[in-house]
Amino acid sequence: MTEGANQKTTAEEAVEVALEVNGTVTKVLVPSRWLLSDVLRHRLGLTATHVGCEQGVCGACTVLIDGVPTRSCLLFAKAAEGLAITTLEGVLDDPALQALQEAFHRHHALQCGFCTPGMLLTALAMVRQQVPAEPETIREYLSGNLCRCTGYQYIVEAVAEVLQAVDRGDPAGSPALP
Amino acid sequence: MKPAPFVYHRPRTVEEAVALLGLPACKVLAGGQSLVPLMNFRLSRPRHLVDINWLPGLDGVEWDPDQGRLRLGALVRHQVLATHPLVRRHLPVLAEAAGHIGHWAIRSRGTLGGSLAHADPAAELPAAMVALGARFCLRSQSGERWVDAGEFFQGLFTTVLAEDELLTAVEVSVDQSARWGFYEIARRVGDFALAGAYARRRGGVIDLTWFGVGPKPFTVELQAGEAEAALEQVLQTAAEDVAARQWAKVAAMRALQRAGR
Ligand SMILES: Cc1cc2nc3c(=O)[nH]c(=O)nc-3n(C[C@H](O)[C@H](O)[C@H](O)COP(=O)(O)OP(=O)(O)OC[C@H]3O[C@@H](n4cnc5c(N)ncnc54)[C@H](O)[C@@H]3O)c2cc1C
Ligand SMILES: Cc1cc2nc3c(=O)[nH]c(=O)nc-3n(C[C@H](O)[C@H](O)[C@H](O)COP(=O)(O)OP(=O)(O)OC[C@H]3O[C@@H](n4cnc5c(N)ncnc54)[C@H](O)[C@@H]3O)c2cc1C
Ligand code: FES
Ligand code: FES
Repeated sequence: MTEGANQKTTAEEAVEVALEVNGTVTKVLVPSRWLLSDVLRHRLGLTATHVGCEQGVCGACTVLIDGVPTRSCLLFAKAAEGLAITTLEGVLDDPALQALQEAFHRHHALQCGFCTPGMLLTALAMVRQQVPAEPETIREYLSGNLCRCTGYQYIVEAVAEVLQAVDRGDPAGSPALP
Repeated sequence: MKPAPFVYHRPRTVEEAVALLGLPACKVLAGGQSLVPLMNFRLSRPRHLVDINWLPGLDGVEWDPDQGRLRLGALVRHQVLATHPLVRRHLPVLAEAAGHIGHWAIRSRGTLGGSLAHADPAAELPAAMVALGARFCLRSQSGERWVDAGEFFQGLFTTVLAEDELLTAVEVSVDQSARWGFYEIARRVGDFALAGAYARRRGGVIDLTWFGVGPKPFTVELQAGEAEAALEQVLQTAAEDVAARQWAKVAAMRALQRAGR
């Protein structure tokens, strides 16, 4: 019998995982092989985290870890203990996120919406880090988030608008720093 | 697809970690940016994972002014390498190259040690280490050994790391007289390189180190002035097709330009 066949017949043990998500620590019981993306969606009901490729390429599963964009499909939930995880649901009241949502709406920066949560979280981290509002820079920062619908131009314009507002010190675009 | 089942281990000391590496079908988990995609597609099915992210003292960036040496821990993330003031001051070419790895979200998690142990032929950091003449500290239960970057990489995804060895640190002696240049050709921002090169000028001698051209990084020494003709010859044997040769040549010429006169 192969090693793989052996493993299948073994009952899989669940382990306790304590995750700090959107400021609250929650405990779940899942097998060690569960990815953070799956725990967020299927145990915590946080379905703004989308799952596309599960190989780190598309960025749909982006969450913020200690404020920085990270792939939740490349992180085992167990390995995410002790890290501060933020999903889109955790920043809905942030004025900077709301400014981005409005800019996305105005600029038609989404069609199907599959990439949008990941785009918004990456853009929010850019706003918080006060990334320069240059189109080339914005494209580089967003290069890890794929969109099959928009062709990116409108997304870049929407993010540029908010970054410029931050540059000017405009309160609508100004981030609520953590 | 989802990964096959495994047992997760979280050692708190290097001693504990290397002891665990003796378990059957065991793998180190660092940033997970190469291992987890492989596991998600079941191309890799370890039965034990040793998460080294909780080990203390492996994420340091230290400058030794007496030895003129930079010491980097295995858990230094790519984004830290790209932005750390000590790296930017003493080895700006390394910081520049690290900024070309994947995307922001990949760099925020991926580690130096993971990239070196993984030994992707198109990766930036293994070639950087060969070009810089770095050496690596490998720890196991029987002690530690130091291996030169040039000997560490054996071929496609293959290194001299034994199954029960942990790469813990990298040391680079900084040659103040050298001028460096880096250039990479990729289809899109964040993609692995089609070809990339590091150029080092020391007086009339040029050293070129490529990645994405052969199964592992390699270095060629040329005399300034004869560079272009010699390049053609070198690449005839190194790269298999015409396009690959052109990419390798353009990367080398641009890297050389960036190294200045
Ligand atoms: C990510 C993505 C990438 C794509 N890439 C490409 C590409 O590279 N090249 C390409 O050509 N297309 C591409 N498409 C579009 C795809 O080929 C569509 O399938 C096609 O354009 C429309 O066919 P449908 O059957 O899906 O039509 P629907 O979306 O169902 O309908 C399209 C329109 O035609 C009308 N319609 C449909 N069938 C009939 C009918 N029998 N009689 C009268 N009216 C009808 C509908 O009312 C509607 O107005 C892409 C789509 C996506 C989402
Ligand atoms: C979308 C995407 C784009 C990418 N683009 C690039 C790119 O352009 N250039 C590039 O170079 N890389 C790229 N990568 C890979 C990335 O750089 C990884 O971070 C790196 O290859 C592996 O580092 P890690 O810390 O994530 O290691 P892991 O994935 O955790 O481990 C990789 C391998 O190394 C072993 N290992 C890890 N650490 C150690 C150690 N200290 N001692 C012994 N063994 C160890 C593991 O057991 C495993 O076999 C990309 C990845 C993704 C998902
Ligand atoms: S689902 Fe994580 S990057 Fe595509
Ligand atoms: S809006 Fe459909 S993938 Fe971006």
